[in-house]
Amino acid sequence: MRRDLISSVLAIVVITALLGIAYPLVVTAVAQVAFPGKANGSKIERNGKLVGSRLLAQDFRTPVRNANGKPKLDTDGNPVLTPDPRYFQPRPSTATSYDPAATAFTSLGPNSKDARDTFKASLDGYLRLERPHDRGLTATRVPVDAVTSSASGVDPHISEANAAVQAHRIADVRRLPLVRVQQLVADHTDGRFLGVLGEPGVNVLELNLALDRRTSR
Amino acid sequence: MLQGSLQIAIFIAVLVALTPLLGGYMANVYTGEHVVLTRIAGPLERLLYRRLRVDVSRGQDWKAYARSLLVLSGLFWLALYLILRTQTLHPWNPQGFHSGTWDVTFNTTSSFITNTNWQYYAGETTMTFFSQMAGLAVQNFVSAAVGICVVVALIRGIMARSGHSLGNFWQDLVRTLLYVLLPLSLVGALVLVSQGVIQGFAGNATAHTLVGGAQTITFGPVASQEAIKELGTNGGGFFNVNSAMPFENPTGLSNFVELLLILLIPAALTATYGRMVGNRRQGWAIFSAMAILFVIGVAVAYAAEQHGTPAQHLAGIHTGHFGGSTGGNLEGKEQRFGIANSALWAAVTTVTSCGAVNTAFESLTGLGGAVPFANLSMSEVVFGGVGTGLYSMLVFVLLSVFIGGLMVGRTPEYLGKKLGTKEIKLLTLGALFTPLAALMTSATAIASPAGRESLAAAGPQGFSENLYAYLSQANNNGSAWAGYTGYVQPTPGNLGAHGVALADLVGGLTMMFARYAPILFVLAIAGALAGKRTAPAGLGTMRTDTPTFVALLIGVIVLVGALTFFPAILLGPVVQSLTTSVF
Repeated sequence: MRRDLISSVLAIVVITALLGIAYPLVVTAVAQVAFPGKANGSKIERNGKLVGSRLLAQDFRTPVRNANGKPKLDTDGNPVLTPDPRYFQPRPSTATSYDPAATAFTSLGPNSKDARDTFKASLDGYLRLERPHDRGLTATRVPVDAVTSSASGVDPHISEANAAVQAHRIADVRRLPLVRVQQLVADHTDGRFLGVLGEPGVNVLELNLALDRRTSR
Repeated sequence: MLQGSLQIAIFIAVLVALTPLLGGYMANVYTGEHVVLTRIAGPLERLLYRRLRVDVSRGQDWKAYARSLLVLSGLFWLALYLILRTQTLHPWNPQGFHSGTWDVTFNTTSSFITNTNWQYYAGETTMTFFSQMAGLAVQNFVSAAVGICVVVALIRGIMARSGHSLGNFWQDLVRTLLYVLLPLSLVGALVLVSQGVIQGFAGNATAHTLVGGAQTITFGPVASQEAIKELGTNGGGFFNVNSAMPFENPTGLSNFVELLLILLIPAALTATYGRMVGNRRQGWAIFSAMAILFVIGVAVAYAAEQHGTPAQHLAGIHTGHFGGSTGGNLEGKEQRFGIANSALWAAVTTVTSCGAVNTAFESLTGLGGAVPFANLSMSEVVFGGVGTGLYSMLVFVLLSVFIGGLMVGRTPEYLGKKLGTKEIKLLTLGALFTPLAALMTSATAIASPAGRESLAAAGPQGFSENLYAYLSQANNNGSAWAGYTGYVQPTPGNLGAHGVALADLVGGLTMMFARYAPILFVLAIAGALAGKRTAPAGLGTMRTDTPTFVALLIGVIVLVGALTFFPAILLGPVVQSLTTSVF
């Protein structure tokens, strides 16, 4: 028993030093040398200013303003947001509003009334935003990713079908030929690994940055 | 669904290919043969023995083995509790986090010591980098190694020709850490960084978004923890949303690698077992039983999730698959994983005791959610946790041998060892601990007003939350119907520390009981078997490496699991999968 106690105390010190300190430091050292961009969060800068990460969705909605110029508030006192029509919109983030520093699941169950109401609101909002530009758009053509929250709340991707619908609006608002927008979408689509693993997704932040570059030129 | 099925098939094929490779390597490690890493790890191994002042040339009987294991685990519990309660003194605390309360810390400590990684806290808003690395991630290594030690001891008990030695705990522990977990984690972590998993110590940065807002970009030593979190079937995420967070799991490849890391050791151990008992077919027989039950679960989950939920259908959402859209129930799932990889993950993380998630379990369909329930109800013997899975499975193998022996009217014997009354008593009790721990606690919690405080949803969904919470903790799994977090304790700077005292305490005690009671019984069984002489196989010996035995084994596992849990599961996920309405 005494021998076990002594060995255990020593083991706690030695193992913590080896696996708790040395191991992560070695991984950090190699990672910072071999993959500095990725190890540091795949950050994106524009004109020297940090604008986000290619792995994190960000909010492309802006506050709605009342006639007096003040932000309109909902019944809970939070500002009412509306999608900025100049940008591709990421997937909804109903639980956390695209905050990667305090992630949480929506935890909406399969038979939950709240889930049904949330979905319905998302679907109506999507149709309201896109139908004026993509005539004949009906619920059967709305892809599921556009109206459901992701697990992380910061899913950086939307589906190709979702981007194809939104491309009509972007082309209208930015006065670009539709084919040009579609080409940009294709350029910023992450395919499956080796064509097999995972699902293809369009990276919303990179796509919107590319749009801004194109329009400002 | 064809493309998704292909991805699942590739995953299983790679797993089958790697099983004998890693399994053979591990058999060599535990029998002291020379392996590839001996040259590098050997000197370090001997240095550790000297530093720890252990004499590994002495074998330990089951009592001595168990004593070393329990003393180390007990002292590590104290050390981790102290680390988590002194966060204000830590280096590497750029966000200036305070410590969690005593009750949530009790739960977290018990959770990580027992390889459960149930989390009543949200990592990124409560834990310092030092706690994550030197506290939690160290347990990810050690608790995994302890599980492997127990199964290695059990195998030695089955193999032993005479005598009472089960090997030496310290030797098994050090070898597991140095030859298996550390090298695989190093490689895994660097592969994950190459995909975009973050690794570093700077504080958070603020980004100015394109529409003029601000977004906090989080940071931390994630990759090093992510690798061992999967490899050791631990499952405790750096971030609250675990492996759904792009910083933990950014691509299709990282997802594939993480899934593989979860199942790698539990699958390989079947081959290690076959090699060590000198009959590889015994290992493959166990692997087959596991694989069959696993594949059924994956298929059910995939089909159910692809179908979508009543809430989606009633909202008018079209859940069919069409060009460029996955269709299905994408609520609580990430686009880059789609339906197939999310369903696969839900099965992988619950057949093992991992509990990491890339999907919101609470948002699974009724039938899709029944798969994790079913997997946990089978006491995680379908691959199972590292070590724990195989030793729990061997308990079921011995039970099947006993039942088979009753059927043919012969004294049950396994690999030449006759099973007597004492062993059968130990086995039956050993198989009862997990169900007992899960059902008693979940019933107590749902029947008490304080327990119901922890529910988020109403009706069968709420019932599922509660049952799953205790089923998960009793299986040392750690995945959750995430609505069940209790209410937030509003400590400034400590926003994510969830939990109510009752949930924390009952959960913590459940995890400790469900971990150490079976370990003691398994070691006692190993000790009893080690002392028995081996009889040569005769004409009437029931073979345990045939398809017939695999079928019997599956039957026993399903029967025990179903009889124990079916009434409870009826009230939750089964009700939900039978209805198309919302409530």
